[in-house]
Amino acid sequence: MKTDLSPRMKVVVYGLMTVLLIPFVFPTWWMVTSSIKPISDIFAFPPEIIPSRVDLSTYSRVFELQPFGRQYWNSAYIAALVTAGTMLFSAMAGYAFARIRFPCANALFMVVLVGLLIPAEVTIVPLFQMFLGWDMINTHWPLVLVPVFGAPSVFATFVMRQFFIALPKELEEAARVDGLGRFRIFWTIALPLARPALGAVGIFTFLHSWNLYLEPIVFLSSPELFTLPQALTQFTDAYGGAMWNVQLAAATMTAVPVLIVFVIAQRQFVEGLAHTGLKG
Amino acid sequence: MNVAARSTTGKPHKRAFWTMERRDTLAGYLFIAPQLIGVVTFVLIPLGLVFWYSLHEWNVLAQTFRFQGLANYEALLNDPGLPQVLGATAVFSLGLVVFNMALALLLAVLLDQKLKGIAVYRTLFFSPVVVSLVAWTIVWSFLLQNNGGINALLALVGIEGPNWLRGSATAMTSVVVVQVFKNVGLNMILFLAALQGVPRELYEAARVDGTPAWMQFTRITMPMISPTILLTSIITIVGSLQVFAQIAVLTQGGPGMSTTVLVYYLYQQAFQFHKFGYGATLSILLFLIVAVLTFAQWQMRRRLVFYEN
Repeated sequence: MKTDLSPRMKVVVYGLMTVLLIPFVFPTWWMVTSSIKPISDIFAFPPEIIPSRVDLSTYSRVFELQPFGRQYWNSAYIAALVTAGTMLFSAMAGYAFARIRFPCANALFMVVLVGLLIPAEVTIVPLFQMFLGWDMINTHWPLVLVPVFGAPSVFATFVMRQFFIALPKELEEAARVDGLGRFRIFWTIALPLARPALGAVGIFTFLHSWNLYLEPIVFLSSPELFTLPQALTQFTDAYGGAMWNVQLAAATMTAVPVLIVFVIAQRQFVEGLAHTGLKG
Repeated sequence: MNVAARSTTGKPHKRAFWTMERRDTLAGYLFIAPQLIGVVTFVLIPLGLVFWYSLHEWNVLAQTFRFQGLANYEALLNDPGLPQVLGATAVFSLGLVVFNMALALLLAVLLDQKLKGIAVYRTLFFSPVVVSLVAWTIVWSFLLQNNGGINALLALVGIEGPNWLRGSATAMTSVVVVQVFKNVGLNMILFLAALQGVPRELYEAARVDGTPAWMQFTRITMPMISPTILLTSIITIVGSLQVFAQIAVLTQGGPGMSTTVLVYYLYQQAFQFHKFGYGATLSILLFLIVAVLTFAQWQMRRRLVFYEN
């Protein structure tokens, strides 16, 4: 409904949006500012929206209390592996289901789609047993293998298939007439054209892996193997109470880098999402 | 062509066998193999195992694993905690979907206006989506403490706020609200894309006919974006059944069992009380709920949703 609004309506829309913005923006602001306040100020009344005193020593406490650098690396490399793996295998499967004719293709696609119906939580008990049998409990294997090949990747395959179905295939057919093999066509022609969909899949896979919580707490028990979400909840005092300032400093270090990347690349995020064939 | 066939298969004498069709079949299977094997290994076999486990009395600590038929299902029906768990799950999911869809639609309509700086608002509304889930939940937990930021702000205007996470109604509301603000940006963007996909001629025609704005919304906009509404509601409701970290960090299922949703209960039974057999039975229940909901929504799609083609 892109009509030009009257000046009065403009004020109403701006005002409404600004009020609505508070719960979206204030928590992040509060996290960052509270993390740099001295401990005595974080529950100060009246609340300090802008810190009057700054104490950065909390940030070094994060690394003293937990092997936080190591945990950061764990989350980062697991997310990178999962993202790269999912992008590759879901693009391959999505391409094949969209483009290549082979016996039972539709039936096999239905089998794969079952993964959409089954949240990872449903299968967590048998997965635990399977990985126990393979001696992979308290390793990072389950956190890589299940997302890349299991239920979470099915959505990515679905998105890729929808994208390839909508993509004109003249270019690929010309390449086939020239005698290019399927893998060459996929790698040199189809995949570069699929960049928008791949970008969306990559972003969402990364966020999914970065946020994973149930799986790490089920599969991991040694602090040096923990991922960030799991590590964030470990900053408690001897009585199990939260050490808020340390927790918030760790939370800030977890959240802010991704936020910065988002702000730089926000068009890819938003447009990628809007063009993933999710429009029904 | 023949050269290519030779070099890719390495069998020059059998080139008649490796027709284009056969090579395509092989390529197709190879391309889908990682995904297919993965789904079989990490989804279908575990699903079968969940069912098999649910027929057993299995305590990991006591190391018992004994076939007992449907006894776990009997226990499920007689579980005094179950009505509360299902109630909490239903309240959470319904509250989340309704609040999420309504807010997403409102934000999308606002962001669809021609205004300066609208892209900045869009970015800010979307930003919680990329904030680490547990970090986001921890901040809210901090804000919702009895002496936390929200009650302090309320006290500034003379309101004494409740102890949000300690009262059962406010705890449930808090969990829903925290989750909605975290992820509503996703649905907002999908709605925005759908709104922008509605042909402008429809509105122009309506305006010429003198149709009032609210009627344009209910008669043009809503039907045109109904496929998106349906799809996002499916994703949102299935996603709401998987909420775990938020509960674990904010309330640990409490106070009492008021925010113990099904996934959290499953986790407690299987991994805190070591009752794997009963945990598997709860998994089957979760699976059935997701399957029924998805199926029902696909059925609704036929009747309620308007399609252009």
